[in-house]
Amino acid sequence: MSFKDKAGEESVDGEFTDELGGLAEAVSDFRLSIHAWSDAALSRPRTEVETGRRRVRGLAIGWTLGCVLVAGGLSGGIYEHLHQQQLAHIAAVRAIEQQRLVAQEQLRHEEEDLLAKVDSDVSREVPTAMEPLAQLMAEDETQ
Amino acid sequence: MLASTCVMAAGTPLETMTMASAKDIAAEEFSAVVTKHRPQIFRFLLSSTRDPDLSETLTQECFLKAHRNWASFRGESSAMTWLMRIAINLQKDHWRNRRLQFWRQTQTHAVSLDEASDWLPSGERSVEQQMLAKERVRQVSKAVEGLSERQQTVFLLRYVEEMELSEIARATGLNEGTVKAHLSRAVARVREKLGGKR
Repeated sequence: MSFKDKAGEESVDGEFTDELGGLAEAVSDFRLSIHAWSDAALSRPRTEVETGRRRVRGLAIGWTLGCVLVAGGLSGGIYEHLHQQQLAHIAAVRAIEQQRLVAQEQLRHEEEDLLAKVDSDVSREVPTAMEPLAQLMAEDETQ
Repeated sequence: MLASTCVMAAGTPLETMTMASAKDIAAEEFSAVVTKHRPQIFRFLLSSTRDPDLSETLTQECFLKAHRNWASFRGESSAMTWLMRIAINLQKDHWRNRRLQFWRQTQTHAVSLDEASDWLPSGERSVEQQMLAKERVRQVSKAVEGLSERQQTVFLLRYVEEMELSEIARATGLNEGTVKAHLSRAVARVREKLGGKR
Protein backbone atom coordinates (compact mmCIF):
# COMPACT_ATOMS: atom_id res chain seq x y z
CA MET A 1 0.00 0.00 0.00
CA SER A 2 2.90 2.37 0.70
CA PHE A 3 4.30 4.60 -1.99
CA LYS A 4 7.85 4.03 -0.94
CA ASP A 5 9.62 2.80 2.10
CA LYS A 6 11.78 5.13 4.18
CA ALA A 7 14.88 4.52 2.12
CA GLY A 8 13.05 5.83 -0.91
CA GLU A 9 12.71 2.47 -2.62
CA GLU A 10 9.64 1.99 -4.80
CA SER A 11 7.13 -0.53 -3.47
CA VAL A 12 3.58 -1.65 -4.22
CA ASP A 13 1.84 1.63 -5.02
CA GLY A 14 -0.95 0.61 -7.39
CA GLU A 15 -3.82 1.98 -5.29
CA PHE A 16 -2.29 5.41 -4.71
CA THR A 17 -0.94 5.70 -8.24
CA ASP A 18 -4.45 5.10 -9.55
CA GLU A 19 -5.81 7.85 -7.34
CA LEU A 20 -3.02 10.34 -7.82
CA GLY A 21 -1.77 9.68 -11.32
CA GLY A 22 1.27 11.87 -11.97
CA LEU A 23 1.08 13.34 -8.45
CA ALA A 24 2.07 10.05 -6.83
CA GLU A 25 5.78 10.77 -6.61
CA ALA A 26 5.35 14.32 -5.28
CA VAL A 27 2.82 13.20 -2.65
CA SER A 28 5.09 10.32 -1.69
CA ASP A 29 7.96 12.74 -1.10
CA PHE A 30 5.61 14.97 0.87
CA ARG A 31 4.70 11.98 3.05
CA LEU A 32 8.35 11.09 3.64
CA SER A 33 9.10 14.68 4.65
CA ILE A 34 6.24 14.79 7.12
CA HIS A 35 7.32 11.46 8.63
CA ALA A 36 10.92 12.66 9.02
CA TRP A 37 9.80 16.01 10.48
CA SER A 38 7.47 14.26 12.93
CA ASP A 39 10.15 11.79 14.03
CA ALA A 40 12.55 14.68 14.63
CA ALA A 41 9.94 16.74 16.50
CA LEU A 42 8.95 13.80 18.66
CA SER A 43 12.50 13.09 19.74
CA ARG A 44 13.50 16.71 20.34
CA PRO A 45 14.05 17.95 23.90
CA ARG A 46 10.86 19.27 25.50
CA THR A 47 10.32 23.01 25.87
CA GLU A 48 8.59 22.80 29.23
CA VAL A 49 10.17 25.97 30.61
CA GLU A 50 9.21 27.98 27.56
CA THR A 51 5.63 26.73 27.69
CA GLY A 52 5.54 27.34 31.44
CA ARG A 53 6.82 30.88 31.01
CA ARG A 54 4.28 31.59 28.30
CA ARG A 55 1.50 30.29 30.51
CA VAL A 56 2.69 32.37 33.47
CA ARG A 57 2.95 35.46 31.26
CA GLY A 58 -0.52 34.83 29.86
CA LEU A 59 -1.91 34.35 33.36
CA ALA A 60 -0.21 37.53 34.61
CA ILE A 61 -1.59 39.57 31.71
CA GLY A 62 -5.02 38.09 32.24
CA TRP A 63 -5.01 38.81 35.97
CA THR A 64 -3.68 42.35 35.46
CA LEU A 65 -6.38 43.13 32.91
CA GLY A 66 -8.98 41.57 35.19
CA CYS A 67 -7.77 43.61 38.20
CA VAL A 68 -7.74 46.83 36.14
CA LEU A 69 -11.29 46.15 34.97
CA VAL A 70 -12.52 45.33 38.48
CA ALA A 71 -10.75 48.38 39.97
CA GLY A 72 -12.18 50.59 37.22
CA GLY A 73 -15.65 49.22 37.76
CA LEU A 74 -15.41 49.64 41.54
CA SER A 75 -13.99 53.18 41.43
CA GLY A 76 -16.63 54.16 38.85
CA GLY A 77 -19.32 52.76 41.10
CA ILE A 78 -17.95 54.50 44.17
CA TYR A 79 -17.63 57.81 42.28
CA GLU A 80 -21.20 57.51 41.03
CA HIS A 81 -22.43 56.68 44.55
CA LEU A 82 -20.61 59.68 46.09
CA HIS A 83 -21.86 61.94 43.31
CA GLN A 84 -25.44 60.82 43.96
CA GLN A 85 -24.98 61.39 47.70
CA GLN A 86 -23.66 64.90 47.05
CA LEU A 87 -26.60 65.70 44.77
CA ALA A 88 -29.02 64.34 47.37
CA HIS A 89 -27.37 66.50 50.07
CA ILE A 90 -27.61 69.63 47.89
CA ALA A 91 -31.26 68.87 47.11
CA ALA A 92 -32.01 68.38 50.83
CA VAL A 93 -30.33 71.68 51.74
CA ARG A 94 -32.29 73.44 49.00
CA ALA A 95 -35.55 71.91 50.22
CA ILE A 96 -34.86 73.01 53.82
CA GLU A 97 -34.00 76.53 52.61
CA GLN A 98 -37.20 76.61 50.53
CA GLN A 99 -39.24 75.46 53.51
CA ARG A 100 -37.60 78.13 55.69
CA LEU A 101 -38.38 80.84 53.13
CA VAL A 102 -41.98 79.66 52.82
CA ALA A 103 -42.35 79.66 56.60
CA GLN A 104 -40.81 83.14 56.82
CA GLU A 105 -43.13 84.43 54.12
CA GLN A 106 -46.10 82.91 55.89
CA LEU A 107 -45.06 84.50 59.18
CA ARG A 108 -44.65 87.89 57.47
CA HIS A 109 -48.11 87.56 55.94
CA GLU A 110 -49.59 86.64 59.30
CA GLU A 111 -47.92 89.64 60.96
CA GLU A 112 -49.14 91.95 58.21
CA ASP A 113 -52.68 90.60 58.52
CA LEU A 114 -52.59 91.02 62.27
CA LEU A 115 -51.33 94.59 61.97
CA ALA A 116 -53.98 95.38 59.36
CA LYS A 117 -56.68 93.94 61.60
CA VAL A 118 -55.42 95.89 64.55
CA ASP A 119 -55.33 99.05 62.42
CA SER A 120 -58.88 98.53 61.20
CA ASP A 121 -60.13 97.74 64.70
CA VAL A 122 -58.38 100.77 66.08
CA SER A 123 -59.61 103.03 63.26
CA ARG A 124 -63.22 101.96 63.74
CA GLU A 125 -63.25 102.80 67.43
CA VAL A 126 -63.67 106.59 67.65
CA PRO A 127 -63.61 108.11 71.12
CA THR A 128 -67.07 109.24 72.37
CA ALA A 129 -65.99 112.83 72.81
CA MET A 130 -65.15 113.04 69.13
CA GLU A 131 -68.38 111.48 67.80
CA PRO A 132 -70.07 114.80 66.83
CA LEU A 133 -66.96 115.70 64.85
CA ALA A 134 -67.01 112.31 63.16
CA GLN A 135 -70.64 112.80 62.17
CA LEU A 136 -69.76 116.12 60.63
CA MET A 137 -66.92 114.55 58.68
CA ALA A 138 -69.33 111.92 57.38
CA GLU A 139 -71.82 114.60 56.26
CA ASP A 140 -69.07 116.54 54.45
CA GLU A 141 -68.10 113.40 52.60
CA THR A 142 -71.74 112.79 51.45
CA GLN A 143 -72.03 116.39 50.19
CA MET B 1 -26.34 -11.06 60.22
CA LEU B 2 -23.25 -12.78 61.49
CA ALA B 3 -23.37 -15.25 58.62
CA SER B 4 -23.59 -12.54 55.95
CA THR B 5 -20.67 -10.69 57.48
CA CYS B 6 -18.66 -13.87 57.27
CA VAL B 7 -19.56 -14.36 53.62
CA MET B 8 -18.66 -10.76 52.78
CA ALA B 9 -15.45 -10.98 54.71
CA ALA B 10 -14.55 -14.09 52.81
CA GLY B 11 -15.52 -12.58 49.40
CA THR B 12 -13.87 -9.18 49.68
CA PRO B 13 -10.19 -10.09 49.25
CA LEU B 14 -10.95 -12.20 46.20
CA GLU B 15 -13.04 -9.41 44.61
CA THR B 16 -10.37 -6.81 45.37
CA MET B 17 -7.74 -9.05 43.88
CA THR B 18 -9.77 -9.63 40.70
CA MET B 19 -10.48 -5.92 40.30
CA ALA B 20 -6.87 -5.00 40.91
CA SER B 21 -5.62 -7.51 38.37
CA ALA B 22 -8.23 -6.35 35.84
CA LYS B 23 -7.04 -2.79 36.36
CA ASP B 24 -3.44 -3.86 35.93
CA ILE B 25 -4.26 -5.65 32.70
CA ALA B 26 -6.19 -2.63 31.38
CA ALA B 27 -3.32 -0.32 32.31
CA GLU B 28 -0.82 -2.57 30.56
CA GLU B 29 -3.04 -2.75 27.50
CA PHE B 30 -3.44 0.98 27.40
CA SER B 31 0.26 1.54 27.88
CA ALA B 32 0.93 -0.69 24.87
CA VAL B 33 -1.61 1.27 22.83
CA VAL B 34 0.09 4.56 23.75
CA THR B 35 3.52 3.25 22.81
CA LYS B 36 2.24 1.91 19.50
CA HIS B 37 0.05 4.78 18.31
CA ARG B 38 1.57 7.92 19.84
CA PRO B 39 3.90 8.64 16.90
CA GLN B 40 1.08 8.39 14.37
CA ILE B 41 -1.33 10.58 16.35
CA PHE B 42 1.42 13.15 16.90
CA ARG B 43 2.34 13.07 13.20
CA PHE B 44 -1.25 13.66 12.10
CA LEU B 45 -1.65 16.54 14.55
CA LEU B 46 1.70 18.00 13.51
CA SER B 47 0.82 17.93 9.82
CA SER B 48 -2.59 19.48 10.60
CA THR B 49 -1.52 22.18 13.04
CA ARG B 50 2.11 22.64 11.93
CA ASP B 51 2.94 23.48 15.56
CA PRO B 52 5.11 20.90 17.40
CA ASP B 53 4.27 22.24 20.88
CA LEU B 54 0.55 22.32 20.20
CA SER B 55 0.70 18.86 18.61
CA GLU B 56 2.44 17.53 21.71
CA THR B 57 -0.23 19.03 23.96
CA LEU B 58 -3.09 17.76 21.83
CA THR B 59 -1.51 14.30 21.65
CA GLN B 60 -1.35 14.20 25.44
CA GLU B 61 -4.95 15.36 25.70
CA CYS B 62 -5.96 12.72 23.18
CA PHE B 63 -4.44 9.91 25.24
CA LEU B 64 -5.80 11.35 28.46
CA LYS B 65 -9.29 11.35 26.98
CA ALA B 66 -8.74 7.86 25.60
CA HIS B 67 -7.56 6.65 29.02
CA ARG B 68 -10.66 8.04 30.70
CA ASN B 69 -12.89 6.30 28.17
CA TRP B 70 -10.80 3.16 27.73
CA ALA B 71 -13.37 1.05 29.56
CA SER B 72 -16.07 2.14 27.11
CA PHE B 73 -13.97 1.33 24.05
CA ARG B 74 -15.71 -1.73 22.64
CA GLY B 75 -13.25 -2.51 19.92
CA GLU B 76 -15.79 -2.05 17.11
CA SER B 77 -13.16 -0.12 15.22
CA SER B 78 -9.40 -0.43 15.65
CA ALA B 79 -7.80 1.45 18.53
CA MET B 80 -5.98 3.56 15.96
CA THR B 81 -9.21 4.69 14.28
CA TRP B 82 -10.75 5.44 17.67
CA LEU B 83 -7.72 7.47 18.77
CA MET B 84 -7.65 9.29 15.44
CA ARG B 85 -11.28 10.24 15.88
CA ILE B 86 -10.49 11.73 19.30
CA ALA B 87 -7.51 13.57 17.83
CA ILE B 88 -9.59 15.02 14.97
CA ASN B 89 -12.24 16.23 17.43
CA LEU B 90 -9.62 17.77 19.71
CA GLN B 91 -8.04 19.57 16.78
CA LYS B 92 -11.46 20.88 15.66
CA ASP B 93 -12.27 22.04 19.21
CA HIS B 94 -8.92 23.77 19.42
CA TRP B 95 -9.50 25.81 16.25
CA ARG B 96 -13.08 26.57 17.23
CA ASN B 97 -11.95 27.89 20.62
CA ARG B 98 -9.20 29.87 18.97
CA ARG B 99 -11.71 31.53 16.63
CA LEU B 100 -13.93 32.39 19.61
CA GLN B 101 -10.96 33.79 21.52
CA PHE B 102 -10.07 36.20 18.72
CA TRP B 103 -9.29 38.88 21.31
CA ARG B 104 -6.57 36.74 22.76
CA GLN B 105 -3.03 37.27 21.57
CA THR B 106 -2.32 34.44 19.18
CA GLN B 107 0.88 32.87 20.32
CA THR B 108 1.43 30.07 17.92
CA HIS B 109 4.56 28.34 16.87
CA ALA B 110 3.00 27.14 13.66
CA VAL B 111 5.31 27.01 10.72
CA SER B 112 4.49 26.66 7.09
CA LEU B 113 4.10 23.07 5.93
CA ASP B 114 6.61 23.70 3.17
CA GLU B 115 9.33 23.70 5.85
CA ALA B 116 8.70 19.97 5.92
CA SER B 117 10.58 19.78 2.64
CA ASP B 118 13.78 20.47 4.61
CA TRP B 119 13.29 17.07 6.23
CA LEU B 120 13.03 15.13 3.00
CA PRO B 121 15.42 12.16 3.27
CA SER B 122 18.03 12.27 0.54
CA GLY B 123 17.85 8.54 -0.18
CA GLU B 124 19.97 7.61 -3.15
CA ARG B 125 19.22 10.71 -5.17
CA SER B 126 21.67 13.03 -6.79
CA VAL B 127 21.85 16.63 -5.56
CA GLU B 128 19.86 17.82 -8.54
CA GLN B 129 17.16 15.19 -8.03
CA GLN B 130 17.02 16.10 -4.37
CA MET B 131 16.51 19.79 -5.17
CA LEU B 132 13.74 18.93 -7.58
CA ALA B 133 12.07 16.65 -5.04
CA LYS B 134 12.25 19.38 -2.38
CA GLU B 135 10.66 21.86 -4.72
CA ARG B 136 7.87 19.39 -5.46
CA VAL B 137 7.30 18.82 -1.74
CA ARG B 138 7.15 22.57 -1.19
CA GLN B 139 4.51 22.90 -3.89
CA VAL B 140 2.43 20.04 -2.50
CA SER B 141 2.69 21.50 1.02
CA LYS B 142 1.45 24.88 -0.15
CA ALA B 143 -1.40 23.26 -2.02
CA VAL B 144 -2.37 21.19 1.05
CA GLU B 145 -2.32 24.30 3.24
CA GLY B 146 -4.80 25.90 0.85
CA LEU B 147 -7.33 23.07 1.20
CA SER B 148 -10.46 23.35 3.33
CA GLU B 149 -10.22 21.88 6.85
CA ARG B 150 -12.10 18.72 5.93
CA GLN B 151 -10.30 18.17 2.63
CA GLN B 152 -6.98 18.66 4.40
CA THR B 153 -7.87 16.12 7.10
CA VAL B 154 -8.98 13.53 4.57
CA PHE B 155 -5.93 14.14 2.35
CA LEU B 156 -3.49 13.81 5.26
CA LEU B 157 -5.17 10.69 6.64
CA ARG B 158 -5.09 9.05 3.23
CA TYR B 159 -1.70 10.00 1.86
CA VAL B 160 0.39 10.70 4.97
CA GLU B 161 -1.14 8.22 7.40
CA GLU B 162 -2.01 5.78 4.60
CA MET B 163 -5.37 4.86 6.09
CA GLU B 164 -8.02 2.94 4.20
CA LEU B 165 -11.09 4.89 3.04
CA SER B 166 -13.31 2.92 5.43
CA GLU B 167 -10.99 3.77 8.35
CA ILE B 168 -11.00 7.45 7.37
CA ALA B 169 -14.80 7.33 7.23
CA ARG B 170 -14.93 5.89 10.76
CA ALA B 171 -12.36 8.33 12.10
CA THR B 172 -14.02 11.41 10.63
CA GLY B 173 -17.61 10.25 11.11
CA LEU B 174 -18.35 10.73 7.41
CA ASN B 175 -19.77 8.34 4.84
CA GLU B 176 -17.26 6.53 2.71
CA GLY B 177 -18.80 8.21 -0.34
CA THR B 178 -18.33 11.65 1.22
CA VAL B 179 -14.72 10.81 2.06
CA LYS B 180 -14.12 9.80 -1.56
CA ALA B 181 -15.69 13.04 -2.78
CA HIS B 182 -13.55 15.18 -0.43
CA LEU B 183 -10.46 13.26 -1.38
CA SER B 184 -11.12 13.59 -5.07
CA ARG B 185 -11.67 17.36 -4.73
CA ALA B 186 -8.54 17.68 -2.61
CA VAL B 187 -6.43 15.81 -5.17
CA ALA B 188 -7.91 17.90 -7.97
CA ARG B 189 -7.03 21.10 -6.13
CA VAL B 190 -3.50 19.92 -5.38
CA ARG B 191 -3.08 18.94 -9.03
CA GLU B 192 -4.42 22.33 -10.10
CA LYS B 193 -2.02 24.13 -7.75
CA LEU B 194 0.86 22.16 -9.15
CA GLY B 195 -0.03 23.51 -12.55
CA GLY B 196 -1.90 20.42 -13.69
CA LYS B 197 1.31 19.06 -15.05
CA ARG B 198 1.89 16.39 -12.46
